[in-house]
Amino acid sequence: MSNAGHFNGLARLLHWLMALMILTMLFAGVGMVTSLSARPWLIDLHRPLGIAILLLAVLRLFNRLRNPPPALPDSVPRWQAAAAVASHWVLYGLMLSLPLIGWAMLSAGGYPVSMTASFVLPPIAPHDPTVYAVLRTAHGWLGYLLFATVLMHLAAALLHAWVLRDGVFQAMARGADAPVDDFHR
Amino acid sequence: MSDRQSSGPTRSAATPPTRSPRRGSGRRGSGRTLALAAIGVVVAGIAAAFAWTAGWLDGDRLTAAGLIDAMEEADSSQPGFRQTHAKGVCLAGSFVGSSAAPALSSARIFAGDVIPAMGRFSIGGADPYGADSTARVRSLALQLGGPSEPQWRMAMNNFPFFAVSSVEGFQQQLQAKRPDPTTGKPDAAAVAAFEASHPEVLDFQQWAKTAPWTDSWANTQYNSVNAFRFTNADRETQVVRWSMRPQAPVVEMDAAQRNAASANYLATELQTRLDDGPLHWDMVVTLAEQGDPVTDPSQQWPSERKQVVVGTLTVTQIAPQSTGACRDVNFDPLILPPGVAGSDDPILAARSAVYAKSFNRRERDIALGHADAATGEEPSP
Repeated sequence: MSNAGHFNGLARLLHWLMALMILTMLFAGVGMVTSLSARPWLIDLHRPLGIAILLLAVLRLFNRLRNPPPALPDSVPRWQAAAAVASHWVLYGLMLSLPLIGWAMLSAGGYPVSMTASFVLPPIAPHDPTVYAVLRTAHGWLGYLLFATVLMHLAAALLHAWVLRDGVFQAMARGADAPVDDFHR
Repeated sequence: MSDRQSSGPTRSAATPPTRSPRRGSGRRGSGRTLALAAIGVVVAGIAAAFAWTAGWLDGDRLTAAGLIDAMEEADSSQPGFRQTHAKGVCLAGSFVGSSAAPALSSARIFAGDVIPAMGRFSIGGADPYGADSTARVRSLALQLGGPSEPQWRMAMNNFPFFAVSSVEGFQQQLQAKRPDPTTGKPDAAAVAAFEASHPEVLDFQQWAKTAPWTDSWANTQYNSVNAFRFTNADRETQVVRWSMRPQAPVVEMDAAQRNAASANYLATELQTRLDDGPLHWDMVVTLAEQGDPVTDPSQQWPSERKQVVVGTLTVTQIAPQSTGACRDVNFDPLILPPGVAGSDDPILAARSAVYAKSFNRRERDIALGHADAATGEEPSP
């Protein structure tokens, strides 16, 4: 069934929910390596929130494969459409890999992978200094890459919403059943 | 699925449904400029908030990196080794809770089962080859619990209270201890100024001058220093500090004996004791009462406070830290199981942050191959 220019309900729900979760993670992540006093509660939040994003990202990917996104309008130049595709590969790649890298990093560092005080995930990497150092470095740099990509994604979304006004923002902001203006009929 | 035609009522079957027709709906002129400016403000605002959170805009902030850099200036470390308490040995053993423990904390470690223990004895300072017998500070780190379960990690010291009352004080102490490049020693005026503004450090100096020096790691008492919170099964909370009190009798070592001992005296001596059998410590918990200073680890609690023995630690073997299980572990005192939580002592949170950063640095040193000394076989004593 074609999507009539909109993402489906689950895609939209996951998008906005995960946007909030991912922004929280990025700020918590950068805050917890800087702040002395806030680190304990930021890191206790960061671990389970990261795994929650992983689980939702898997669900989101399945949903996207089963319900392909609406095409971009003809008005979007080919290079921008290509950039959009590339940036979404990056976003999905990071949503899935960052939590796994975090989980593996803690495993390699001999840290308990605590979700709550009593629930601990099993290690998924060997306890090894080189593995730990590589994963710790990757986790930091990929976190910054995700932040940069999110900012560009947000800038592009607002460009479509406030300047181009071509329906691209609406595709994620509302469903096909929502009242639409004559432009979309 | 994606090439199926839409069956929506408003579309004709002949029209491909997937592209919306080009329309001139974009904003023009000053409205467009305003919209672009607004986007710039939003993006720049989020980026600025991120940069502020990261500490990039605020050079004065106290951070783990800043504290480690200050420690490095005061007492330089070696690649792959801990920033301080650099010299030590790994230990293995076990812990068993006492029957009095569950009334205070629901931690599984206190349930009465034999819990595997891994840890490390160490001396203070950044020198991994320092002389054991003249080190005033001795420490015991522990990990109770294994890889796929909640763990309790402890980082205890033989001093009964901390030298300074705040994280800021700790940083200022490090700055005062910085060696003057011309003399190689700290600037006496800076040290005097620090002591004048932080009189609590004189209590620590008094302890350092007068407390007995025992002749072994085995008969040293190790203290949590910071306060923690125990919660029992009835959700009652109790603020505590604890100590590992040695069962081995205290035997003192005088200055002459200390100066005559070999550099690796403590490890050699401990191995000799272990050859004769395991060593034991009682875990003694002191219960705080209303009004006792919880967030200032430089203040002791009154000596009449109730104490409870909550378990016994047994050490059965030690091993060199260069190849032992304790090397690639961060004994973060805030890695705690259900039933135990940190207090609001800011120095406890700072320790956790600093240990994490130090761990990252030394693991990177090892990964980059810069730390042969930290990972090679150690010379036998």
